[in-house]
Amino acid sequence: MSAAATQPAVQTSKRGTAVNWQSSEMLALRKKRYAADRRLQAYGMLAIFFALGFLVVLIGTLTFTGYRAFTQSMVTIDIDFSSAEINRENPMESNWRTIFRKAVIDDVGELSRSEERDYFSMFTSSAPFLIRDQIIADPSILDGRASFTVPMSDPIDQLAKGLVDTDLPENQRRVNDKQIELFNKLEAKGAISQPFNWGLFFNSDSRFPELAGLAGAISGSFWLLLVCFLISFPVGIAAAIYLEEFAPKNRFTDLIEININNLAAVPSVVFGLLGLAVFLGWFGLPRSAPLVGGMVLALMTLPTLIIVTRASLKSVPSSIKEAALGVGASKHETILHHILPLSMPTIMTGTIIGLAQALGETAPLLLIGMNAFITSPPSGVLEASTALPTQIYIWADSPERGFVARTSAAILVLLGFLVLMNSIAIFLRQRFERRW
Amino acid sequence: MLTDTAIETKLSSMTNQPSIKMRGEKVDVFYGEKQALFGVDLNVPEQQVMALIGPSGCGKSTFLRCLNRMNDTIDICKVLGNITLDGEDIYDPKIDVVELRARVGMVFQKPNPFPKSIYENIAYGPRIHGLTKSKAELDEVVESSLRKAAIWEEVKDRLQEPGTGLSGGQQQRLCIARAIAVSPEVILMDEPCSALDPIATAKVEELIDELRVNFTIVIVTHSMQQAARVSQRTAMFHLGNLVEEGPTDKMFTNPDNKLTQDYITGRFG
Repeated sequence: MSAAATQPAVQTSKRGTAVNWQSSEMLALRKKRYAADRRLQAYGMLAIFFALGFLVVLIGTLTFTGYRAFTQSMVTIDIDFSSAEINRENPMESNWRTIFRKAVIDDVGELSRSEERDYFSMFTSSAPFLIRDQIIADPSILDGRASFTVPMSDPIDQLAKGLVDTDLPENQRRVNDKQIELFNKLEAKGAISQPFNWGLFFNSDSRFPELAGLAGAISGSFWLLLVCFLISFPVGIAAAIYLEEFAPKNRFTDLIEININNLAAVPSVVFGLLGLAVFLGWFGLPRSAPLVGGMVLALMTLPTLIIVTRASLKSVPSSIKEAALGVGASKHETILHHILPLSMPTIMTGTIIGLAQALGETAPLLLIGMNAFITSPPSGVLEASTALPTQIYIWADSPERGFVARTSAAILVLLGFLVLMNSIAIFLRQRFERRW
Repeated sequence: MLTDTAIETKLSSMTNQPSIKMRGEKVDVFYGEKQALFGVDLNVPEQQVMALIGPSGCGKSTFLRCLNRMNDTIDICKVLGNITLDGEDIYDPKIDVVELRARVGMVFQKPNPFPKSIYENIAYGPRIHGLTKSKAELDEVVESSLRKAAIWEEVKDRLQEPGTGLSGGQQQRLCIARAIAVSPEVILMDEPCSALDPIATAKVEELIDELRVNFTIVIVTHSMQQAARVSQRTAMFHLGNLVEEGPTDKMFTNPDNKLTQDYITGRFG
């Protein structure tokens, strides 16, 4: 500006009239143009803040409701096996319920019958079996005393986490006064602890929140994605190669292309109905199986994958193709030796993003019954199982208080997997991206 | 003009001049509706360098790409007429395109080495065609190709480094070596120096002159001086027609056609 001001500020246009760049109209016009620049930038920043704000709110609320599910109130019980009534020949056959109850009664002293019932319900109902399973795994525990740490039941877990309002009248809360008193007693003894809730990752689903975990859902999702990948990756690449490199350009291939683009926009629930009708109805494949879920998700992922692969094949410069053809490479050699390897990073990125999308897909899985209540992780693709999103759906529907936090925790776990997969995609893109 | 060339061809064969390696007769090329070449008759003499010159869009590259059927990659491109290699019609449906492209190699305008090692760039052609039996033999082909392309001394210590890491001129010589490695009979060059600086250009031109001993070369160029320096015969194209063809000396000193004269002297183009 200052440099221009010292120069003669008049230039001659082609028509011969002088343009006065410093005139007040010119200055005002330029000022307006700069203002428009700044406004556009401001709109963009506003949009970013808006989007980020929503993300923060989402993650914030999830974390706020879900963080408590990452710890679980446990109680440590001492059992003296020398005095317990154990069937030494076959520990399996002992009355573990009695043994457990005797051991916990020892901790607090004499109780009336109804108080006993209240007391026992403070521990997870499967506590005796948890102890039994530990002993079967290691029978040497039976010599002498041993201590076991078992989860407390959901209402007591809520109490331990400070979520029960003890000022409410007794009949309006799920924990009665006696239970609070007993809890305080146990806490005074140091028997209560709040360790990290490994059960959330290593247990399968359960009707009891304190025992419910995501192991079944995680392994179900793993099998789903494996099936989805094994089907959609080769089929998608083969289809894309054919359409991009071999197919003649005519009406018929145009029609195929339009339909592939349309398929990419079909709502996922429609694919679920298709899976229900075709895979379960006609083929008679097992209900709730990851195989069927994976096949449905593969159908959903295929159009995206074909579109991504075609785009990346197209982005390999024709000079490379010509170079290969120029030395006499045949079509398949040109494609397999040069074009495909060069587009692989992009294809991998697209595949991972497609799989991440499939991982979060819920509706089609609901239709083929992957929202069943299943208490053991699937060991293969034909066994009934749930998946992460359907597990969230099931838990969100459950009335127990403990499932509220667990639903949020499961969403965080699912988001964690999505972030992980997308990071891998970004890493691959930056590591292998080739600029021409 | 046609009769001129025919007589010349006859004359050259009588006076023990190089025989005809490739022959184009009435070559028409269409890109969809648009016709790019109009009845071109042009013969490529063996073991000589033929330069194709003419203003942009005149069809010289199109003709060059017809000679190894590189136009096949363009869906809408249609070639009519007759092109032969050693008397064999290369557009015959029975012809093997892979063999044709092995016999008629090509060097492109922009250096386009494969994004692989220097060694792999050269070894790729011989390997897919099964020209070598052992690793030692392949090594030998790689070395001799790089030597013929006058780049061996510069790259012999870094054969495993990527070919794309070389300078532009080196990349183009690498591409020439890659073409040579398949032992073609004809090498087509599509403005091989247009992306190179003067020093690299000089090296490539020197190389073209040496290669003439073993190969038949057809080169498309925008540079009049280059055509004059490297070629023995020159063909002038204009608007899809072959204007004139003859020995380079004559073309540049005493062309028959006014159009050629104007183009060479820089009055248009």
